[in-house]
Amino acid sequence: MTPPPVVVIAWGNPSRGDDALGPEFLCRAESIATHARDTFEFVTDFQLQPEHATDLEGRDLALFVDASRTLADPIAFNELKPQRDATFTTHGMSPSGVLAAFRAAFDRDPPPAFQLAIAGVGFELGDPISETAMRNLDAALALFTRLAVAPSAAAWRELAQCV
Amino acid sequence: MSFELETAVQPAGLRRVAIDPVSRVEGHGKVTILLDADDHVHQVRLHIVEFRGFEMFVQGRPFWELPVMVQRLCGICPVSHHLAAAKALDVIVGATRLTPTAEKIRRLMHYGQILQSHALHFFHLASPDLLFGFDSDVAKRNIMAVAAEYPDIARKGVLLRKFGQEVIRVTSGKRVHGTGAIPGGVNKALTREERDALYADAYVMIGWSREAVALVKRLHLANAGLYNSFGAFRSNMMSLVADDGGLDLYHGALRARDADGKLIFDHLDTHRYWDQITEEVKPWSYMKFPYLRALGPEAGWYKVGPLVRVQNCDQIPTPLADAERREFVDFGGNMPIHATLAYHWARMIEMLFAAEEIKALLHDDDLLGEDLVVTGERQRRGIGVIEAPRGTLIHHYRINADDQVIRANLIVATTHNNQALNESIRQVAKRYLDGRKLTEGLLNYIEVAIRAFDPCLSCATHALGQMPLAVELIDASGACIDGLQRDGDGTVSSPQRA
Repeated sequence: MTPPPVVVIAWGNPSRGDDALGPEFLCRAESIATHARDTFEFVTDFQLQPEHATDLEGRDLALFVDASRTLADPIAFNELKPQRDATFTTHGMSPSGVLAAFRAAFDRDPPPAFQLAIAGVGFELGDPISETAMRNLDAALALFTRLAVAPSAAAWRELAQCV
Repeated sequence: MSFELETAVQPAGLRRVAIDPVSRVEGHGKVTILLDADDHVHQVRLHIVEFRGFEMFVQGRPFWELPVMVQRLCGICPVSHHLAAAKALDVIVGATRLTPTAEKIRRLMHYGQILQSHALHFFHLASPDLLFGFDSDVAKRNIMAVAAEYPDIARKGVLLRKFGQEVIRVTSGKRVHGTGAIPGGVNKALTREERDALYADAYVMIGWSREAVALVKRLHLANAGLYNSFGAFRSNMMSLVADDGGLDLYHGALRARDADGKLIFDHLDTHRYWDQITEEVKPWSYMKFPYLRALGPEAGWYKVGPLVRVQNCDQIPTPLADAERREFVDFGGNMPIHATLAYHWARMIEMLFAAEEIKALLHDDDLLGEDLVVTGERQRRGIGVIEAPRGTLIHHYRINADDQVIRANLIVATTHNNQALNESIRQVAKRYLDGRKLTEGLLNYIEVAIRAFDPCLSCATHALGQMPLAVELIDASGACIDGLQRDGDGTVSSPQRA
């Protein structure tokens, strides 16, 4: 069975404040893309891991979505390339590391992939998503609405120039 | 056993280093090294952020929510928390013995978790250190470089992980936030189709696991002098063992040995763990320091995890892993192996054991049964103990008459290993710190020592941009004279040198 051409992978812990931005984004983005169920598949997890490379198999395009604790702007959107992943014993991988794992597992280049980072401010256990992060989430969903209209690498690259 | 470098003999002139809120927010791991007036290493401490908020997080919640809720404590081993909580709640609902179907499905889930966790650690976290050497450039010590030079290893790492995750998905019902284990049993059995799909790949996973054992053994033996001494320290050891003394990572009783391998206690009912284990609080760490009551805090600390488990048991109940265990034990001669880097070898023996266990369980038609849950006389207290990938995991709950959690105590593997981690870093700092300046080489060595334990330093969050490791060097006057930190992208910087 051929998978949908676009995979959206969002991750985070729903119980750690703004770390929940990824799963919350995914939940709402699925609603936005109800008209395009054949185009998008949505994948969520606590952490990004090597086996997520297998979720890229057979895709034309991939979008990684996560909270960011260092982002100055509300959101950032950029294209990714496979590259070194020097995370230290964090177990969670970076999106670029997952692309590298794809290349290792399948001996070919991964599909074009983009990262949507959403700024968060608080990550404590048991906290809800902050008001600031919720505003940033709205901005991310507004961008996703535009991405969903034109799910192609070329169109997304153009958008990446504007964000 | 002494803590010669943890607490200064003559503290005058040494400033106590406290963890401030900034380091708590930023840090996965922070190491402080204190020098004496002669620039010798005086104290070394690893500060790990641990959220004691775990216990508060679950208080007041209905107990039946726990197996799902506790998965949110840790994104690394949610299945271990899921199962430990379920085991504690088995006691509370009076399920003294699960049905064969329930127990075997849980065991299958657990060994799926062990397999995928050990595969992640070896192939993606440790193998760059081991394959390229501890001194190699950080640009090389990552999965990308492994993929370039050892593509077969990198590929098998990904696919072993995928297989383990698929075992978890099938047994827990979902890829994440699984609900499979419930108080008194499980909420679904496997279908024949699900079992057959897993079965098709099980033998391949055993083969790849054997290759992984062979690889790590070869690496260890090729450089035995370094591997046997790097970050090595003697300590007590503790783990679960089965009734017959065999390796069992899902259920058993507690056994502890001293550094020479002599039994301290054996077949301790896990529901009485508190009779033998207690925890000490130290002012400089958020994480407690467990120790064996009978020996006291200075002599009673211990290590847990794969290196302990394969030596603490009398045998492994699967043939291929047991053959590897015997060879491992023989390598140590008549004494336990305490080499920190031998954790890797032991971990791969356990991965092989998990693969063999999964295969054996998939042969068992009990997985397809319909008798899923038992209950009995309700209790107010429940304790569940399991051997998680990194070591012994204890969940302890008390509930009130309204079925709400009123007290929780969780001792995770990294907490058990708290003193051991500090000890290993001390050995590395004593051996490799030269003078009053931190080097990237020392940072590498500290990372390698910590990584061998596979500690769960990321219980906090994983958000993009997180700072992974910082090392500070403090002189006898209390001044921070140097510092290095490695960021998530691998770059090394020094705020003190800016």
